[in-house]
Amino acid sequence: MIISKYDPLKQEQFQVLDSEGNVVNPKFEPKIDDETLLHMYKTMSLARVADIKALQYQRQGRMLTYAPVQGQEAAQVGAMAALEPQDWLSPAFREFAAMLYRGVTLEQLYLYWYGNEIGSKFADGVNVLPVNVPIGSQIGHASGLAHASKVLKKNQVAVTYIGDGGTSHGEFYEAMNFAAVFDSPMITIIQNNQYAISTPRHKATRAKTLAQKAIAFGIPGIQVDGNDVLAMYTITKEAAQRARNGEGPTLIEAYTYRMGPHTTSDDPTIYRQDEEVEKWRLKDPIKRFRIYLTNKKLWSDKQEEELQKELEEYVTETFKKVENSDNPTIDDVFDYTFVNNPSDLIEQKEKYMKYLKQSFLHSLKETSKANKNLKED
Amino acid sequence: MAEMTLLQAINAALFEQMRKDPTVVVFGEDAGFEGGVFRVTKGLQQEFRVDRVFDTPISEAAIMGSAIGMAINGLKPVAEMQFEGFMFNGFNQIAVHMGRMRNRSRGKYTVPMVLRMPWGGGIRALEHHSEAVESFIAHIPGIKIVIPSTPYDAKGLMAAAIQDPDPVVFFEPKKIYRAFKQEVPETEYIVPIGKARMVETGKDITVVAWGSMVREVQTAIKSLEKDNISLELIDLRTIVPMDTETIVNSVKKTGRLLVVHEAVRTLGFATEIITRVIEKAFLNLEAPPTRLTGFDIAVPLPRGEHHHMVDPKRIAYEIKQLVNYKV
Repeated sequence: MIISKYDPLKQEQFQVLDSEGNVVNPKFEPKIDDETLLHMYKTMSLARVADIKALQYQRQGRMLTYAPVQGQEAAQVGAMAALEPQDWLSPAFREFAAMLYRGVTLEQLYLYWYGNEIGSKFADGVNVLPVNVPIGSQIGHASGLAHASKVLKKNQVAVTYIGDGGTSHGEFYEAMNFAAVFDSPMITIIQNNQYAISTPRHKATRAKTLAQKAIAFGIPGIQVDGNDVLAMYTITKEAAQRARNGEGPTLIEAYTYRMGPHTTSDDPTIYRQDEEVEKWRLKDPIKRFRIYLTNKKLWSDKQEEELQKELEEYVTETFKKVENSDNPTIDDVFDYTFVNNPSDLIEQKEKYMKYLKQSFLHSLKETSKANKNLKED
Repeated sequence: MAEMTLLQAINAALFEQMRKDPTVVVFGEDAGFEGGVFRVTKGLQQEFRVDRVFDTPISEAAIMGSAIGMAINGLKPVAEMQFEGFMFNGFNQIAVHMGRMRNRSRGKYTVPMVLRMPWGGGIRALEHHSEAVESFIAHIPGIKIVIPSTPYDAKGLMAAAIQDPDPVVFFEPKKIYRAFKQEVPETEYIVPIGKARMVETGKDITVVAWGSMVREVQTAIKSLEKDNISLELIDLRTIVPMDTETIVNSVKKTGRLLVVHEAVRTLGFATEIITRVIEKAFLNLEAPPTRLTGFDIAVPLPRGEHHHMVDPKRIAYEIKQLVNYKV
């Protein structure tokens, strides 16, 4: 077992690929088939392009508030690739790349951030919960999903994400302890991207690592280079095996960096230096994975050029579709409150529809009056 | 038929539904081995084993969050909050997730679960053990709320709650957990959620109450026998969805309404009931709709609690005031 060999109290960090894409830990280089490696790379690249474009759309006033993922693609795709199709993902709100890898479509993700709940209605068999905004509350859901998997013998592992900031939250501790005590098949990945909006990690906890918080739950914890997609894969694979063996949850701290703002409403230049950002840019997860694939003769500059072009077109087309999508209907807005809405809610809806109809007729009348006046003039 | 207390009736419903549906799981603080601090879940672990009936850490937020996850993934959780005053530790999950999941996933994920908790005052308990907290939940869309007042209803409503496809908060009036017994069928029956119970029919005044207050009103009615008042008593049974029709029809007949509840006054559920009656039966009213409730104070400790708890004497007094009201 690798996880027990890296002591979070000694700040030991697991890595397979260094920043230059060299395999520095060949013993633990995962055996992943070429097709999967390329799918991982393409998903990370898609997330990157879609992320950059989402920010642009937002700046152009075409997209609403959005939480960018840039820099954290490996911490997400590396882990997701280590799962089985039946496994669960209970995301926080920055798991754009993870959700894509698990089968949520780009159109759905964009629709959600565009302000339509229909974006959270994933296809059957896509075991992913909707984007979760209230910090920490998704850990309990994962604990419950895992608990049910165990009781109903579904052989599912539930993976959940939280940020470094989220580990200050009470629900993180409660749900981690809850899952630990029942040996639930759960994996919690802390994406330590160094900041909780503007508050740096060192201002939020005296703990030297976030992985060491596992010790108090009585479960294994390990710090992983979160920008190393292979390291994330290897450790998640091992944690998933533990979970399936009935050995309970694992805590993984993915040491990474948020290259962009917290959300589009945030200005990171207020609280961090450009030099720091540039330092992290050198550790870019996609760049180093590309070097690894190139060294393996799985990827070329030409393929890269084609992929970028393809992704650019795909993302542009998808966003166009989202921009042209219909707003939710009145039925959508009301009818998912209960399986059968009670009479007082039906009454509220009917009254509102009557109002809409009357105000529509009224505006038609006004328009025809105005047109008539125009003619008479 | 068997003679049961309200507590025994809930216990019987849990046994019955767990036998019927293998996905039902029961858990909470001390809810497993011991059977809960009130023994509502007594004996369940012995029959259904620890996988389905278990003790949890003292973690209301984790109990709630995990229950939601379990419900999404195929179980039917019946989770317990040990006391309603501790609900607030898990309130984040109740408010931001439990009632929203169906809507925010446009029907892909649902949360068929029951959240049980002892409710209300009148047992000379510790601080934070005597609150009537139904309005906190009633303000959250997507959650049903049940408060039984008899053993018969408790069993049938619990069966309905467990079988409901949406989340149901099941408040158990602890003052009447063991106060009286009633004949309860041993076979399964359903008391539908959303239907009030007509306890007494009459023509002079409508009184609406729920939980332990129903019995207080009944005691008040007895004390009014010689006053020749024809009173209609409605036991609401379900706060959400509220049976507006039964109340409105009654007030249309009587012209007078008194709502009695334990909870503090401001934005207590009487506010909603009276508003709906004004909206739908304004022209039938013979007197201002009135509420008799707890005061807007922290529930006093046992030595002063009687000032806060509505009692039959005050109920009788309010009824007389209303019946004799002249414009």
